[in-house]
Amino acid sequence: MSARDTILAAVRGARPAAVELPNVTDAVRSWPLPAGDIALRFLSAAQAAGARTLECSRAALAATVASAVPNEWLTVSLVPDVHGSVVPPDQPHAYASVDAFICEGTLGVAENGAIWLPASRLGCRAGAFLAQHMIIVLDRQAIAERLHEAYAQIDWASEEFGIFVAGPSKTADIEQAMVIGAHGPAALTIVLTTAVVT
Amino acid sequence: MNRTRPGLGVAERRSALPVLTDGRVDHAAGAQRFTADEARTDWHDESLWMVRQKRDAAASKVPEWEELRRLASGIKEHTLSHLDEYLTQFEAAARRNGATVHWARDAAEHNAIVLDILRASHATRMVKSKSMLTEECGLNPFLAARGVEVVDTDLGERIVQLRGEAPSHIVMPAIHLKREDVGATFHEHLGTPAGESDPTRLTIAARHHLRERFLSAQATITGVNLAVAETGGFVVVTNEGNADLGMSLAPVHIASCGIEKLIPRAEHLGVFLRLLARSATGQPMSVYSSHVRAPRRGQALHIVLVDNGRSTQLGRADFWRSLKCIRCAACLNTCPVYRRSGGHSYGSTVAGPIGSVLTPGIDLRRYAALPFASTLCGSCTAVCPVQVDLDAQLLKWRAQVVQAGHASSPKRLAATVAGVALQSPRLYEALGVVYRMVMRLVPARLLRNSWGKGRQLPAPAAGSFRQWYRRNREGAA
Repeated sequence: MSARDTILAAVRGARPAAVELPNVTDAVRSWPLPAGDIALRFLSAAQAAGARTLECSRAALAATVASAVPNEWLTVSLVPDVHGSVVPPDQPHAYASVDAFICEGTLGVAENGAIWLPASRLGCRAGAFLAQHMIIVLDRQAIAERLHEAYAQIDWASEEFGIFVAGPSKTADIEQAMVIGAHGPAALTIVLTTAVVT
Repeated sequence: MNRTRPGLGVAERRSALPVLTDGRVDHAAGAQRFTADEARTDWHDESLWMVRQKRDAAASKVPEWEELRRLASGIKEHTLSHLDEYLTQFEAAARRNGATVHWARDAAEHNAIVLDILRASHATRMVKSKSMLTEECGLNPFLAARGVEVVDTDLGERIVQLRGEAPSHIVMPAIHLKREDVGATFHEHLGTPAGESDPTRLTIAARHHLRERFLSAQATITGVNLAVAETGGFVVVTNEGNADLGMSLAPVHIASCGIEKLIPRAEHLGVFLRLLARSATGQPMSVYSSHVRAPRRGQALHIVLVDNGRSTQLGRADFWRSLKCIRCAACLNTCPVYRRSGGHSYGSTVAGPIGSVLTPGIDLRRYAALPFASTLCGSCTAVCPVQVDLDAQLLKWRAQVVQAGHASSPKRLAATVAGVALQSPRLYEALGVVYRMVMRLVPARLLRNSWGKGRQLPAPAAGSFRQWYRRNREGAA
C-alpha cells in the first residue's frame, strides 16, 4: 500500500466521534464592532507594530512618497501614479540592491495594523522582502475592522499568493530585545490616501 | 552545517543535550543541571513570564477572546474527526493549484522525500525557516550527512544551529541564551568583534550573513502553520521575513506539513490568526502571514504531508485532542516547571506541557518522566488558545507510565502504598500516625538530602484533620 493510502486508512481507523463544525460566520456577526474612527484605529495599530504612517490625498500621493524617499535611493514602484527610479526587475534576486519597494495594498485591518498584499500587486514578490525599505499605499476606504471581515473580502481563486504585512521585519531572538530589521525591510512606511481632493 | 565546532566547549555543548539514564530522558537531572546557575534560572523564568504577561495584555484587548478559543477548538476537533476527508480535499486542491503533494508515513520517509526532491533539482544549498516538524524528523543531520548544506534562517534557530544545539523553545529557540553567549558564537562563526553583545549589532551581522545564503539558495524548506482543505493553500507565519525571502527567491519550495495542520475553509483563518500571535508573543499579528496557494512562475512547489505518529495519537481517546495544538508556546511560557527547568531538560523537540503530552505517545519508555514534569496547576490549559486539556492529559499519561511499568521505583512504591492506604480509612489513619512520628524523629538533614531535596519541609502537624474535627466540630455540635 502506498504511503498515502496507509496514512489515510490509519486516519480513517482512528477518527474520533464526529464533532460538528462551529458556525464562525454567525459567531463573528454577533460580536459588536468598536465605535469611532476605523482609520485612526488602523493607524495606531500600524504604528504599534513599528510602521511609520503618512496621510495624504490620492492627488498628493506622488509628492508625499517623494518626500519620504531620499533622491539617491534606488526605488521600484508598482503603484501606477508613483514613479520609481528604476524599472521593476523581473528577476527576484535583482531586488537585493533596491533601497525602497513601493506597492499598494488592497485591504487594511484596524485591529492589528496589517495590510493585505496579493501577488498581483507584488510583481515577482521578492521586492517586498529584499528591499531595505518598504512603502505601502493604502486607500482609507479599504480598512476592515478585524481579520474576519478582511478575509471575507479576499478572492482566493484569482491570487496564487497573498500576505498580511504588519510592520517592518523584526526579531527578539537575542534576549528578548526587540530589533527592527531582521531579514526583511528594516523600515515600513504606510501612506494612507483619501480619494476626495482636499 | 550541523557539525559541532571546535571552539565550543565540551561542557557547554553537553548542557544542551538531554540527560539520559538507561535510554530514558531524566528530566529531573536535566533540570538540576539547568538550575545549578541560580541567577540564570531566575532570568530565564522572568523572561518567559514577561512573554506570558504580554499574552495576557493582548488577549484582554479582544472582548470575544474566550469565544475565539471555543471556535478554534471546535474547528480543530471537527477537522480531526473528519481528517481523512479533509486531507484528500486538500491534496486535490493543491494539485489543481500546481503543487506536488507527497505523503510520508514517518520521519525517514519525510527525509527521503526531501532528499529526492533536492537531488532531482540538483540542489545542494538549502535555506530553512522554522519548522518543528523538520526538527522532529531530524532533517538537518540527515541532509548534512548527504552533502546538502542546510542553513536555518530564523535568527534564534541559526544561533542554536551554529552552536550545535537544539532549540530550547518552539517559538523562541534561543531563549536559554544570554546576549554574551550569542556574541561569543557570532564572534567565532560570523567574525563579529570579540566582546560584541549588542542585540542590534549582532542581528545586523546575522542579517548580512544570511542574505548571502538566501540569495544563493537553490531550494527552501518551510513549515506550515495552517493548511486550508478548501483552497489547497497554506499559511506560514514569521516576524523576521525569513520564510518569505526563502520562498520568493529559491526555485524550489518544499513545505513540510504535519497532517494535523488542516482546517476546512479559508474563512476559518481569521479565528486562528487572531489567536496565534497574541498567544505566542502578545503581538496582535505577526509581521508576515504568507498565504501560499500556488507556486510562483518558474518555481516548483512540493508539499510533504507527514504522519509520524499523528494517526496513532488520533486513535487515543484520551490524547487525540493534543493534535489541536497550533504551536504558539503559550503553555511553555506559563509553565512553572518549564520556566525553571529550561527546554533542553525535556530532551524532546517540543518541550513544556504540550511536549510532555505529545512525546510519550511516540516513545512511552524514553519519555516516561515528562508527564511528571508538571505541578498539574492547570495554567497551561487556561492559556491554550485551542483549549487543549493539557493538565488532564498529563495526569492520564502518568497512569499509563505507571501501568506500563516505566515509573521510577520510588514513584511506584508511593503509588502502591497510596493505592492500598486510600482504600481503607482505618489504615490511612494509622499510616498518618506513623508518618507524623517518623517526620518528628528522622533528622531534617536526612530528609533534605533525599525526598526533601528542593522542597520546603513543613513542620509535621500535631494531629490529623479527623482528630481535629472530632475535637472541634463533632463534639461541639
